[in-house]
Amino acid sequence: MKYLLGVVLASGFLTSVAIAETTSPSSVKFTDDGVMASLTGKAGDAKSGRSVFANRKLGNCLACHINSDLSEQSFHGEVGPPMDGVADRWSEAELRAIVANSKVIFEGTIMPAFYIDAGYERPLEKFAGKSILSAEQVEDVVAYLLTLKEE
Amino acid sequence: MGIKAITFVSALVFASSTYAQDSNQLNVEGEIYASTVAAPSHMENVDTLYSGWHFRSGETQALQLDDFDNPGMVFIDQGIDLFGKVDGSEGKSCESCHENVEDFAGLRTALPRVENGELVAMEDLVNECRTERMGADAWKWSSTNMTAMTGLIGFQSRGMPMSVKIDGDAAEFWEKGKELYYTRVGQLDMACSNCHEDNYGVMIRADHLSQGQINGFPTYRLKNAKLNSVHARFKGCMSNIRATPFKEGGNEFKALELYIASRGQGLAVETPSVRN
Repeated sequence: MKYLLGVVLASGFLTSVAIAETTSPSSVKFTDDGVMASLTGKAGDAKSGRSVFANRKLGNCLACHINSDLSEQSFHGEVGPPMDGVADRWSEAELRAIVANSKVIFEGTIMPAFYIDAGYERPLEKFAGKSILSAEQVEDVVAYLLTLKEE
Repeated sequence: MGIKAITFVSALVFASSTYAQDSNQLNVEGEIYASTVAAPSHMENVDTLYSGWHFRSGETQALQLDDFDNPGMVFIDQGIDLFGKVDGSEGKSCESCHENVEDFAGLRTALPRVENGELVAMEDLVNECRTERMGADAWKWSSTNMTAMTGLIGFQSRGMPMSVKIDGDAAEFWEKGKELYYTRVGQLDMACSNCHEDNYGVMIRADHLSQGQINGFPTYRLKNAKLNSVHARFKGCMSNIRATPFKEGGNEFKALELYIASRGQGLAVETPSVRN
């Protein structure tokens, strides 16, 4: 039965792949090595990711992470680890997993899951059933993080 | 590599000494207040309590040291006027029954408390007097009149240590408040504890995270230039994490208020404190 369902899902997946496939929040596949495939089926845009990272209404990643690459922004948080050289420490698939749902990697972390649309309690109505970032924005942030190298 | 690592470590040390709560003395009108005290035994993860005053800039801190500079005092004066003002069908003011507002010294330290099986906050006591003894309308929980009145009454306890009852008939409410404190909510999926217990002393963007103490409420915020109730602040926090806030004056916030007040046992009442 399980196998059959897999086949049905897989064939559904294959038929729509031709149209630009986006992985929904509930079907992101976490492996021991992270989330291997792009959520949009293509590479993200690092430039756009840089602005999502800083934007208070989007990623607002800067609220918790110091990042020298964004030194033109005045306030950098200190709740999480600094972002300098983050691409030297994590692979693309690991960064994707951390951005999509860090709780899978770091149990009990304060870091919000940016690509889940359920499982949180009492959301404000306008956010209910929605993820903080879109698949495209997650990929853009991942592409941006991959540019933060020190070595 | 060695040099780089050392630089990185010293940068971290520097950051923490720059941003952690300071060791200034809270000296209000010449009186030194208990603003750093040992945590009560019920707190498992915190050793020392710090007033939110210690997390603010020197400029903001200075505003609270002298009542002439404290912008919250204007509202305490409004409270004095309201205290003597007749309102409602019985032709009474607060003063008709409570001759000296000074007699309320100590009340702030003990609220919320249980009365007849219900948890009551100061706002409940004020509205009970208004509706049952004055024949006046209840004030809204965080209205200008209400915060002026709770500010005036709280001010009478200024300098006295917070001391809410958490055992006996208060225990069930306290437990409920504790549960809420540690429950993650909202699209950002955070509990009070994630910021105010695990991360106080560090910056979250432009905000310096405090322990979320409520011994200075209602507090004057530079952000909105008025006195803010405890429940209004809770509501603001919940909206920030994209959670549907509980109702001001509702059972959840009152239980949370009791629990958070108990996490400040021993800190001096600072009403009206001045914050960002």
